[in-house]
Amino acid sequence: MSEVKKPKNVREPLFHLAKRDNLSGKKALLIRLSAIAVGILITCIFGFLIVGWTPLDILQTLIDGTFGTSNRRWDLMEKTAILLCISLAVTPAFRMRFWNIGAEGQTLVACLVSGACMLKIGDKVPNPLLLLIMLVASVAAGALWALIPAIFKAFWNTNETLFTLMMNYVAAQITSYYVYIWSVPKGSGHVGIINSTTKAGWLVSIGDKPYLLTILIVAVMTVISYIYLNHCKHGYEISVVGESEKTARYIGINVKKVILRTMIISGAICGLTGFLIVSGADHTFIKDSVGGLGFTAIMVSWLAKFNPLAMTFFAFLIAFLGKGSNEITTLTGLDSSFANIVTGLVIFCVIGCEFFINYTIRFRKKETPAAEKPVAPAKTDEPEAETETTEKEAQS
Amino acid sequence: MIIFSFIRRAVMQGVPLLYGSTGEIITEKSGHLNLGIPGIMYMGAIGGVIGGFFFEQTGADFSHWYIRVLAILIALFCSLFFSCLMGLLYCFLTVSLRANQNVTGLALTTFGVGVGNFFGGSLIKISHADVPTVTLTKTSSCFAKHLPFVDTVNKMAADNKCPKILAELCQTIFSYSTLAYLSIVIALIAAHVLMKTRVGLTLRAVGEDPATADAAGINVNRYKYVATCLGSMIAGLGGLYYIMDYASGVWSSDGFGDRGWLSVALVIFSLWRPNLAIIGSFLFGGLYIVHNYIGGLSMQAQELFKMSPYVMTLLVLIFVSIKEKKEALPPAHLGLNYFREER
Repeated sequence: MSEVKKPKNVREPLFHLAKRDNLSGKKALLIRLSAIAVGILITCIFGFLIVGWTPLDILQTLIDGTFGTSNRRWDLMEKTAILLCISLAVTPAFRMRFWNIGAEGQTLVACLVSGACMLKIGDKVPNPLLLLIMLVASVAAGALWALIPAIFKAFWNTNETLFTLMMNYVAAQITSYYVYIWSVPKGSGHVGIINSTTKAGWLVSIGDKPYLLTILIVAVMTVISYIYLNHCKHGYEISVVGESEKTARYIGINVKKVILRTMIISGAICGLTGFLIVSGADHTFIKDSVGGLGFTAIMVSWLAKFNPLAMTFFAFLIAFLGKGSNEITTLTGLDSSFANIVTGLVIFCVIGCEFFINYTIRFRKKETPAAEKPVAPAKTDEPEAETETTEKEAQS
Repeated sequence: MIIFSFIRRAVMQGVPLLYGSTGEIITEKSGHLNLGIPGIMYMGAIGGVIGGFFFEQTGADFSHWYIRVLAILIALFCSLFFSCLMGLLYCFLTVSLRANQNVTGLALTTFGVGVGNFFGGSLIKISHADVPTVTLTKTSSCFAKHLPFVDTVNKMAADNKCPKILAELCQTIFSYSTLAYLSIVIALIAAHVLMKTRVGLTLRAVGEDPATADAAGINVNRYKYVATCLGSMIAGLGGLYYIMDYASGVWSSDGFGDRGWLSVALVIFSLWRPNLAIIGSFLFGGLYIVHNYIGGLSMQAQELFKMSPYVMTLLVLIFVSIKEKKEALPPAHLGLNYFREER
């Protein structure tokens, strides 16, 4: 702090904020983990007020609902994998600061295309070829859906957040349109399980584990994304465009090309996810096939600071919370939206804690020790403990 | 006179959108893209439902006028309170803690929709009330009151004392509830304040270039806080109108649907001008229901019709960005947080 003499009547503010240069990875991790713990604690308190269960009961149900049986474990893994895959998809775009919130739509068109292939050519071609066609078609559909806003962004600087948001609903209505056309029985509004007898277009299961292939594919994708983003020229270009478009232009990066290419990749991975959803798990498609995962994935990607490996953890966390809280509501007969509340609460805590990782609070230096008490704004989801660690670091 | 009934239904569909987009415009003018609007509207709705539900459970006698006024005030207060809390949370995270606006907004939507559906679906179980469904007919009837002379004119038309067309016209203009008219009034006030007053100029400056505004001695954070909370409260009223007037006080899970996102679309469509949003909301409302009025439409064609508001928004978005009209573009700092020391 500067030792410049201040005029007497000018009050230095009680505290001010300064950007932290780099917090050690361990401390950052600790802050994040404690934020998650606080989020779960709030959930427990909330659950106690609503359901009347003790926090221990709630925790036990959360764990039992996700790990209780072999089926539940596989289900949890599959949900994690799908969420992770969409998160991987949005990440390249986000690293470029292209706010693609259209993953929902991009995945949904892929679901539609996959389902359409199963319906229309399911009995005409051999299964391996069908799967290949489905994969290619859905990847292409996802990529196309992402390419449209990218073109407008690259050439006319159209606001991509709003554009991709609108594209979600266009995709939803188109899907709905085809669901009605192909619905069985006619006009019922759902397609039903496609090819339930021939299993044409169903992703093959390894052993008797139905979701194993999906999980393996996503695991491979995670590693590939990590390498692509961190150890490739493309990944570097994406980061530069994200940091500063002008810098990118000066050093000779074709910004338009990078935007288009990255969005095609982003949409293609969404397409892959759509294929995995329809072929690997649902074997049908509806308007809600993606069910908001496209939006959740954005949060996962951001919470993980766009790091594919960290995303694995956050995707798992969100899937765990969702599935676990569904168990609570099933047992108590309450509305299943409890899961959304829990997810929201935990995400709020993690979002809030980012602040304490990026910034430090410096308090006014004063003779009286009274000024030393934490002055974090009153109504916050943040734990006191975090404020204190921040303070200590600020003083050290 | 199918055209009149169409207009009436379009307006009733449009009012929640108008509230939502007026609120969002005010927020966006301060440079904050609040994608939590759908969640906030759910919170506004469920706030009104919770307030109204517990008030009706007290067994108050709704034949007294002061009880009716009290019922309205309680529902209104709860709705505003809930949505304001959401606005504060958003502000706290994005303005004070400088979190990413898109992520915070989406989390807010997840949370708000969750809270709405959860309490809407489990309110009875939680409160151990002895009713089969959450149906606030009494409170809703207080909200849905329209001007008395509309009925008189209707009666006169039925007795052939005045022309039918006049009665229809009268009904199309005057038959809405107070909240519907309030939405237009709020939108007009917002338009006036934004474009014609000092406060509005300052707010726009904050959204366009907070650093300059800060240098000019404007308290940027205060403007952001006030704009977002005010915007949230207005958006919350949209939820209240939907549940109390449009849905007659009956909560149904996900009943509010994607109207929140439609409001966000309307902001773009109306080029960030609340007065244009009035017309836009009625147009969107019309597009939302037009498939009911076109004879012989198959189910699948209806689904395509429901796409039209979004497609039109896309077209406007594209058109505006290609034309590069300055006054029709989003606020320059939309979606970006401001931190003085990072200039």
